[in-house]
Amino acid sequence: MSEVMDRPQTLNLKVVGTRPIRPDGADKVTGKATFGADFSMPGMLVGKIKRSPHAHARIVSIDTKKALALAGVKAVITAADFPDLASEEYEAGESAANLRDLALNCMARGKVLYDGHAVAAVAATSSSIADAALALITVTYDVLPHVIDVEAAMEAGAPVLHAHLFTEGLETKPDRPSNIAKRNELMRGDLEAGFAQAEVTVEGRYTTAAVHQGYIEPHACVAAFAPDGQCQVWSSSQGQFMVRTYCAKILGLEASNIRVTPTEIGGGFGGKTTVYLEPLALALSRQSGAPVKMVMTREEVFRATGPTSGAVIEVKLGAKRDGAITAARVVLKYQAGAFPGSPVGAGSMTALACYDVPNFSVTGFDVVTNSPKVAAYRAPGAPISAFGVESAMDDLARELGMDPIALRRKNAVRDGVKAAYGPTFRNIGYLETLEAIADHPHYKAPLGPNQGRGVAVGFWFNVGGESTAAVQVGEDGSAVVVTGNPDIGGSRASMAMMAAEVLGLPIEKVRPIVADTASIGFSMLTGGSRTTFATGMAVTQAAQKIVVDLKRRAAQIWDVPVEQVDWINGAAVCLDAAKADKGDLTLAALAAQSARTGGPIGAQVSLTAQGAGPGFGAHICDVEVDPETGHVTILRYTAAQDVGRAIHPAYVEGQIQGGVAQGIGWALNEEYVFDSEGRMENAGFLDYRVPVASDLPMIEPIIVEVANPRHPFGAKGVGEVPIVPPLAAVANAVRAAIGVRMTDLPLSPPKIRAVIDAR
Amino acid sequence: MSQIAYLAPTSADEAAAALIKGGATARVLSGGTDLLVQLRAGRLAPGLIVDVKRVPGAIGIRQEDGGFVIGASTPGMTIGEHAALEKAWPGVVEAVMLIGSTQIQGRASIAGNLCNASPAADSAPALIAARATCVIVGPSGRREAPVEAIGIAPGRTSLAKGEFVLEIRLPPRAARSADAYLRSIPRTEMDIAVVGAGVNLTLDADGVIADARVALGAVGPTVALAPDAGAAIIGTRLDEAALARLDDAARSACQPISDKRGTVDFRTKIAGVLARRAAAIAYGRARGRA
Ligand SMILES: Cc1cc2nc3c(=O)[nH]c(=O)nc-3n(C[C@H](O)[C@H](O)[C@H](O)COP(=O)(O)OP(=O)(O)OC[C@H]3O[C@@H](n4cnc5c(N)ncnc54)[C@H](O)[C@@H]3O)c2cc1C
Repeated sequence: MSEVMDRPQTLNLKVVGTRPIRPDGADKVTGKATFGADFSMPGMLVGKIKRSPHAHARIVSIDTKKALALAGVKAVITAADFPDLASEEYEAGESAANLRDLALNCMARGKVLYDGHAVAAVAATSSSIADAALALITVTYDVLPHVIDVEAAMEAGAPVLHAHLFTEGLETKPDRPSNIAKRNELMRGDLEAGFAQAEVTVEGRYTTAAVHQGYIEPHACVAAFAPDGQCQVWSSSQGQFMVRTYCAKILGLEASNIRVTPTEIGGGFGGKTTVYLEPLALALSRQSGAPVKMVMTREEVFRATGPTSGAVIEVKLGAKRDGAITAARVVLKYQAGAFPGSPVGAGSMTALACYDVPNFSVTGFDVVTNSPKVAAYRAPGAPISAFGVESAMDDLARELGMDPIALRRKNAVRDGVKAAYGPTFRNIGYLETLEAIADHPHYKAPLGPNQGRGVAVGFWFNVGGESTAAVQVGEDGSAVVVTGNPDIGGSRASMAMMAAEVLGLPIEKVRPIVADTASIGFSMLTGGSRTTFATGMAVTQAAQKIVVDLKRRAAQIWDVPVEQVDWINGAAVCLDAAKADKGDLTLAALAAQSARTGGPIGAQVSLTAQGAGPGFGAHICDVEVDPETGHVTILRYTAAQDVGRAIHPAYVEGQIQGGVAQGIGWALNEEYVFDSEGRMENAGFLDYRVPVASDLPMIEPIIVEVANPRHPFGAKGVGEVPIVPPLAAVANAVRAAIGVRMTDLPLSPPKIRAVIDAR
Repeated sequence: MSQIAYLAPTSADEAAAALIKGGATARVLSGGTDLLVQLRAGRLAPGLIVDVKRVPGAIGIRQEDGGFVIGASTPGMTIGEHAALEKAWPGVVEAVMLIGSTQIQGRASIAGNLCNASPAADSAPALIAARATCVIVGPSGRREAPVEAIGIAPGRTSLAKGEFVLEIRLPPRAARSADAYLRSIPRTEMDIAVVGAGVNLTLDADGVIADARVALGAVGPTVALAPDAGAAIIGTRLDEAALARLDDAARSACQPISDKRGTVDFRTKIAGVLARRAAAIAYGRARGRA
């Protein structure tokens, strides 16, 4: 047996592919898990933020004297307490950021750019004193015209958010600032010739509203700044190393002086791949000399964190009568919020990723607007462009009189095809995923009056990147798996299972933990559907190293060459027939004798994982539309996805169901609503309508497994693909039910009723 | 920092006296599902909270003189579990049961729903259609008022200083009568009515509607009776023409606003739809009793 597996192990698996209880399950269902807001320290102060009531204004002055004079107030900070950073790009997996913008988003300097933008913060001995202190801070504003609509922001006369922002990606450098931060373009072939060959064309203009990730746990942290400059932060985020880096940069501190401990996280969906509170809590702690706790309200979460872009999507498709697409033109305009960095790049790259199109152009615009700076949201950018492309594909199928799955199959990318975004696809399971829905009884089930069925597909890259894992064997033969990736989707279970598989241990004997930045090597944050792939690879390799070491130890005890030792079912087995009477040496037996065979047993692996397998999903949605009330009921939903290999199928299914649920919310009711002054009108779960349980049918996941040869067990990323197709799947189903194409999300009852009346 | 005093008096007189003494910032508490939410959101800063749930009569359901008396602070769940009440007033009970969720139902009361004075209060249209009354107690004793007299504007009631609602009274049920309530929300629960419609009707021995009352929620500053809508179906067997007249009359009774929850046009149309549908349900229920 070679030391490191060179192709995925898919046979004779004992743990991988089973459905054990998750190691963090008991803690969570009994309410014992420690989330961000649950952590406390003695002498802790309460930190709160003063926020802008204006969507766009110059800060004339901030007077904090009265607040500082209030008894119980221990610190008051403004942008003056932070270094004025130079513009610098920083890459951190899914959360590439400009550090200056990041700092300005945490605390406004000179100008506020959206309703809810932080302008000052206080730390006080109680929550009510902190509230009173906020009221005592006087901020004088010079209110400016604002712009939130993406196309309005692109217009020549629009209020300009940043005087230093000149559109990138134009042929000639512009001579005046603009809200268009960047124009990007992907092209292939000859677009005009492609449309000239087309026998049928369809065209559409689609819009989506800004939507929030909607995690249940508001942002929360505790920060403690010690007199010797050593800092500690406990916070809920998707990456403790990300928090450390960003805090160091924003505050001008040494990263090595900051230790960040991740708390349990109550949902992130990409929205916790950046910082809002941590740098402020550190600055307040530095000024006050006491630990500071900050917890956002739901209203703050809506007004100042997340969301993802509202967007305009224009799509034109041309095809031959047999369905072969000859040309595609896609234009994407995405809101970035207050600072550049919408996910329009990823939206452009994924827009046509499911299709083998000879001639295309995809143009993307990243546009700053007076709304909260967008944050990553599950497959950032992809659901938006897919909504346009998949709606147009549905119209194309109808125009051609072709089955929508057959049309997608006809144009499907497959192994060896060069993806629209560049690389050549290998080992993809897209066709298998299409077959899975085509063959499912759902696709043939009869529909009643006012009911309709929609189909849509989606793609996400999935990423790898840097990860570290350590596996330590205890003296009783159990193992601890240590990683640096917060568990937002059941990843601890997957980590433990991969280690258990390699070591031959029952899952109960493996304890996975997520360590702080000082206790494990660097890992990129949990995002990009990377953890089971990349960190899983590190875990597997660490466990494999231990097996190699255990075989050596057994060989030493038996006094045989190491080639004569195999590792089977959690024990060393002697292959030397003459010494077969020795019996097996279990992990526990070897652990008990470790002092005599080289000391404690453990291994750590740090790696940059490459070869993350891209993921494809294909969904079927049935709806019923009440023609009188405009209500859409989701009757049935089936989602097939190639996941490479489901390490823990139940959590893979959970990811698929969760992504679909969020996608349905995006399609039907979720939206940021702003008043004429640019203030968010629905900053709460009452009027920002995520789906409730009774809104959804059982979402049926179909796991398709086309192994990824680059992962030890064949895994691909899972968590993001499932949110890509639902927007269009729902809209296509509504189209089928009412006979009219709805192009503007959300498909809320008033809009549907109006369309039906006009039909 | 502001301090909040809390009292839980055990008699109506004590409660009224406390409320008078508490002055302008005194607030009555029943389930707290509106009051405490508003307090936490900083929209209210009461100096005194008077919890009336221990006042005799505030909690519980009893039958009296052929009708029902519901303690005004009785939680929704208790109301939903009362079989006889549900049988007599299915529309009132379904309206109360629509409020919030299982958790909210453990606390939310009719008094709170009416005195929060939201035009979207779910129990109000059904209660108004049912000719329900409120027993109000206060410093000058006890009085009775129809439910539609409680809310006078969004967030404002007709209650005088020191007054609170002790009981909700439902009249004796005539034979061949039934009611129904429907609301429109974008989701299936945990939402505020964009439109609500309560219909209560009585049939004669031939199945012809002899009496009908229609009340609409969320289409005006207060929940209100729509007399023309009721009149539109009296004397009919709820045929197509009657339903069309009802739809018309309900829409004419609307004076809604456009806001983040719905437009004038949408609200008006849906009022017609829900009035028709609620009438059909009530009619079916009443016929089932013939
Ligand atoms: C999550 C959630 C969901 C909700 N969903 C709905 C819904 O679907 N439909 C709906 O209509 N409402 C809904 N509500 C609002 C609320 O639950 C209802 O209005 C409920 O009936 C209020 O009753 P309560 O006993 O909790 O009132 P409280 O909060 O105790 O009081 C509400 C108001 O009435 C006053 N008051 C209370 N009792 C009396 C009394 N006896 N006499 C005089 N004044 C009194 C209080 O001073 C206060 O102003 C929801 C609330 C929440 C938090």
